[in-house]
Amino acid sequence: MPTTKHTISALVQNKPGVLAHVAQMFAARSFNIDSLAVGRTEDPDISRMTIVVLANDSTVEQVRKQLGKIIPVVKVHDWTDENLVQRDLMLVKVAAPPEKRTEIQSLIEMFQAKVVDIGPKFVMVEVTGPEEKIEAFIDMCRPYGVKDVARTGIIAMPRHPRSPRQQAKENK
Amino acid sequence: MSDKSLSTPPKAGGKSGKPKEASKPEMTGSEIFCQTLISEGVETMFGYPGGVVLPVFDALYDSPINFILSRHEQGATHMADAYARATGKVGVVLVTSGPGATNTVTGIATAYMDSTPMVVITGQVKTPLIGNDAFQEADTTGITRPITKHNCIVKNVKDLERSLREAFFIARTGRPGPVLIDLPLDVSIAKTNLNGSEQQMDLPGYRVRPLGHLRQIKRAAEAINAAERPVIYAGGGVILSDAAQELTALVNKANVPITTTLLGLGGFDENDPKSLHMLGMHGTAYANFAVQECDVLVAIGARFDDRITGDVKRFAPNAKVIHIDIDPASISKNVKVDIPVVGDAKNILTELVNFVEHRDRPGWFERIEGWKQKYPLVYDNNTEGIKPQYVIEEVSRQTKGQALITTGVGQHQMWAAQFYRFSRPRHFITSGGLGTMGFGFPAAIGAQIAMPDEVVVNFDGDSSFSMTLNELPTAVEHKLPVKVCVLNNGYMGMVRQWQELFYGKRYSKSFLQHPSFAKVAEAFGAVGLTATKKVEVPEIVERMLKEKQCCVVDFHVEREENVWPMVASGSGLHEMAGLPTESIERL
Repeated sequence: MPTTKHTISALVQNKPGVLAHVAQMFAARSFNIDSLAVGRTEDPDISRMTIVVLANDSTVEQVRKQLGKIIPVVKVHDWTDENLVQRDLMLVKVAAPPEKRTEIQSLIEMFQAKVVDIGPKFVMVEVTGPEEKIEAFIDMCRPYGVKDVARTGIIAMPRHPRSPRQQAKENK
Repeated sequence: MSDKSLSTPPKAGGKSGKPKEASKPEMTGSEIFCQTLISEGVETMFGYPGGVVLPVFDALYDSPINFILSRHEQGATHMADAYARATGKVGVVLVTSGPGATNTVTGIATAYMDSTPMVVITGQVKTPLIGNDAFQEADTTGITRPITKHNCIVKNVKDLERSLREAFFIARTGRPGPVLIDLPLDVSIAKTNLNGSEQQMDLPGYRVRPLGHLRQIKRAAEAINAAERPVIYAGGGVILSDAAQELTALVNKANVPITTTLLGLGGFDENDPKSLHMLGMHGTAYANFAVQECDVLVAIGARFDDRITGDVKRFAPNAKVIHIDIDPASISKNVKVDIPVVGDAKNILTELVNFVEHRDRPGWFERIEGWKQKYPLVYDNNTEGIKPQYVIEEVSRQTKGQALITTGVGQHQMWAAQFYRFSRPRHFITSGGLGTMGFGFPAAIGAQIAMPDEVVVNFDGDSSFSMTLNELPTAVEHKLPVKVCVLNNGYMGMVRQWQELFYGKRYSKSFLQHPSFAKVAEAFGAVGLTATKKVEVPEIVERMLKEKQCCVVDFHVEREENVWPMVASGSGLHEMAGLPTESIERL
């Protein structure tokens, strides 16, 4: 079975050790985490983990079930076949000597990114978007010199309406 | 588990779940601990004291709970495990922080792999000291997270009762398992009211679905009714859900041959002609051949472990697979399942039996009978020395298959599974999943405490027994008439067998120098006997069974006996070595 990226969302109780438990389960069962993003939801007792997993279909099914077994995990969605809005946020420091700044500035505009800090030798840029866009921006910056990258990892939300098949799969 | 009312968490703190009047007297965490355990029905618990749990032990001093003091925390955990397996109740362990907690790790992992309901309470250093590398501090929840169904640290005494109730609820419902509560010293002495509005269980992520889906049950019944060569493969889940009676009803009504896993032994009467006995790596040829040739395989409370399937790609190649299990994560984990039925085995089998119909299946039973005739479980007993299998057969004969058997891990465990004929559930207690050497003797103690009127026999290896014989004084102190049959071959028998077969007889570190186990037993105040010749066996077994106190019999058995038949790791389940005739069945 081919290995592809799957986006899984888990709503978890805000209790000590939940993140460790989820991370440990992935390690113990040899599942590959591509990215993991955690943040609070509108309910202060519940956080959402968005996990991108590199796996084939039967493995991702196990991932979903094993997540469901963790008691502070309240709900698990497998958003693999879903039409998703996916966003990654990146801060990147790009070497920017004065003679290159105009070029870099036009690149930043093309990507609808923005400059958040500037120094004598580099600029810090904030980029958001789907993963491909972020990767493309890094590639475009490479010739100038990428000094530092910090990324949040993917967060995602399905667009509406959702497919009936997906809704049926949602039960934990 | 089988209790339907448990499908949603009940409210703690009285039937109504309403907050009790605020005028209740304040209690310490330790008093709350004792009171909650009593209200959860705990009569017996196991453990070992230490610094940070002294307040809890002080509260236990006035409590009616029967506390069994082990000689090592691992022993306490195995005792509680066996107590739970023998009774179906939750086994309870109380130990101190740090080394007390880490010593329970092997016992907790054993219980986790075999789905034993257990609650382990570990002391912890005071909350302000946590993370400071304090004396006897260990990150107990961190260490035990991968081997518990759930664990948590209680940092506020107001959460203690709820956390304990949640622990018992989680341990015994769904697929049972060990739950650990880490209790810091300051929480055990802090005071609060026992009942309060915050005492309701808070488990939004824990749902148990005990009832099987009716449509899936009907589909399973249709497949069984249409099958020409069906086989039932029953595991420990049948025992855990107390479904032996329902399983027997299904086997008899649908007229289907049945094999069990190691942990499923006793789930069906092995004296019944429809029983194929155990399957797997050291299973019977007729069970393995039947599974490989069947057209419908009905797995009940089993998880397609690698010791069962052999080469998983070639496992039951022609079978439509029905899988009944309460854990959805077990479905299609190792073997692709055609008809999954998620739920409690007892409930599902009760329903399923209504939809199956009797079929004669004459050709299938005839073929199986042919295998049974051609490939029975045998060993050469024409020796002067003692064959280990003979000891087990003799104990089986003299106890009429009615004893409660525990084992360590290795050759003797497999021989016990092969040559003792089990007819009742909860009478074979062994470490299947984790394969924990040293499990047998403390398990026998726990089982005997749970079942004072049963004859409890621990078949043990010399190496397994050496790991936990420090519990001899526990058995002596409580006047437990536990019988220990040490099948002493002076080797780690199974390791030696693999070295003989796969490592050119290079017996690297599998040879052990032992003391006289009889003298060891006597030194601890137990009865110690030794047998070196086959002719002595019937009499010494008889004497052992008559003993009213702990009795260790050191059977000096044939040293290089192997466990046959055997499916080598990576082979197909039908590719069995060591069958009575040389020809390997063509399937």
